[in-house]
Amino acid sequence: MKPTHKIHIENLNVYAGKQQILKDINIEIPKNKITVILGPSGCGKTTLLKCMNRLTDLYPELKVTGKVLINDKNVLDAGEDIVKLRQYMGLLSQRPYPLPMNIYNNIAFGLKLKGVKRRRELHKQVVHYLQQANLWDEVKNRLREPASRLSIGQQQRLCLARGLAVNPEIILADEPTSALDPISSQYIEEKFVELKNDYTIVLVTHILRQARRIADYVVFMYLGEVIEQGTVEEVFGNPKMEKTKQYLGGTFN
Amino acid sequence: MYLLNRIQRHRVNYTWMIVSLLLVASLPFLLFLGLYLKSFLLIHDYHLGDLLFSKVWKPGSGKFGFYPFIVGSIWVTLLAMLISAPICLLTAIYVTQYTRKRFLRIMHPAIDILAGIPSVVYGVWGILVIVPFISCFVGPLFGVQTLGYSILAAALVLSVMIIPFILNILIEVFRTIPVELKEASLSLGATQWQTVKIVLIKKALPGIIAAFGFGLARAFGETMAVLMVVGNVVKLPKSVFDPGYTLPALIANNYGEMLSIPRYESALMFAALILLAVSLFFNLVMHFFIDRYNKFSA
Ligand SMILES: Nc1ncnc2c1ncn2[C@@H]1O[C@H](COP(=O)(O)OP(=O)(O)O)[C@@H](O)[C@H]1O
Ligand SMILES: [Mg+2]
Repeated sequence: MKPTHKIHIENLNVYAGKQQILKDINIEIPKNKITVILGPSGCGKTTLLKCMNRLTDLYPELKVTGKVLINDKNVLDAGEDIVKLRQYMGLLSQRPYPLPMNIYNNIAFGLKLKGVKRRRELHKQVVHYLQQANLWDEVKNRLREPASRLSIGQQQRLCLARGLAVNPEIILADEPTSALDPISSQYIEEKFVELKNDYTIVLVTHILRQARRIADYVVFMYLGEVIEQGTVEEVFGNPKMEKTKQYLGGTFN
Repeated sequence: MYLLNRIQRHRVNYTWMIVSLLLVASLPFLLFLGLYLKSFLLIHDYHLGDLLFSKVWKPGSGKFGFYPFIVGSIWVTLLAMLISAPICLLTAIYVTQYTRKRFLRIMHPAIDILAGIPSVVYGVWGILVIVPFISCFVGPLFGVQTLGYSILAAALVLSVMIIPFILNILIEVFRTIPVELKEASLSLGATQWQTVKIVLIKKALPGIIAAFGFGLARAFGETMAVLMVVGNVVKLPKSVFDPGYTLPALIANNYGEMLSIPRYESALMFAALILLAVSLFFNLVMHFFIDRYNKFSA
């Protein structure tokens, strides 16, 4: 594994019964870059992301083989260590799912799991991460309100803050803007560009323009296979495969 | 013409829907009113406090103290809940979070069968199994002499009866929690058990309260199985090994007999009125909690 790469996926296959959802995936995800996973819906993007932090565990019907190396550790045979390994990866899902507790505790939850106990330290960090996600000014007077009362855009920023709070090295984002209004979407995009200095970001999207705007590295998938991968200039500027050309040209069927 | 027909047909359906709705909605009030009028004779002649808290039940000499029945009902109900609530909660969590979906598919029919068994069958099972079990085994274990017909026997039978009922609701409650919430918690580094304990139970709380509330109301009103094993002795029970008497059993055992005693029928109607009032009260409290929870948390 090259030091410039953060995640290294080797011969990854996922089966659901007889159906094969992911077929022999080999990807290198570069460090401190935004890697966009692009492809039509149903091609296996979400499943690929779930393999990285092994949320596939929640679906006993899925069979996963191959290797997902993060810091030279294979996530897929990490056993119980996966609980700690997951803290290397913040997760942002398609729609925000705030924890059923107040705004403050949504952030404090992960911090407490990390072992932060003293109240003053806890408070300091909660404030810090809410600021990081540009949410502090909007919620500083309502920290004890249930998180469900925030707008969707605010909830998504809360989810970002809670993910950052466990101090991950990687951010996994699954179409994080698809439920958001344009302003909130733009905010998340800008934030990602800012965050890539400190984090490795894997962003799943089916929005071509979004990929063009912020991607450094692009992985194009189709029907469970990786068709093409490379820098954004390579894939968007000079696609090699017919399928990629069709998809980028919008003549996809 | 065709269109007109269709509109008219719709209107007829609509009217019927409103009529049925009103009928169903007014039923509790009609029931309440009916029972109140029937028990008016008793309420008019006695203090409400005396009726509810007097221990003496001698209908022949005009003494109507409902306290032993109320206490009996409360003991049996609470004890049954104490036994079944934790079992149901743990089972629901286990089958929805720790097993494959296939297991749930096997479990569902089993639960439905249990829920469909007539209560008289549970009563017979209580007499044949639970009562001797208590008199020969549990009683001696605690150094108590007991016939077996007791508060404990009723509570045990009752808890087996309400388990499928509560369990069905709880399984549904836990099944409808979005899997993404679990994913969020796990991705923050929580273990499966921490996720269940801190996140899922909290999310499910209104549903859990509702399930327990419905179970409680059902246990409180259960008649047949309880009266077959509870002993039917009008006395304040001193321990769970003592026999007791419950409000539904009082009505079922005596209605139609001895109605020549003045105010006796009225007294039985009053027992029914208490039952109805308590179940309405449970319902209101439950809704209060659920509303409050939805407003302030979730
Ligand atoms: N747990 C599962 N069981 C069976 N099939 C699944 C499961 N999860 C995903 N799939 C199937 O795998 C394919 C890819 O799904 P997904 O990864 O969600 O695609 P995407 O995120 O690209 O839209 C779909 O056809 C979906 O039906
Ligand atoms: Mg998806």
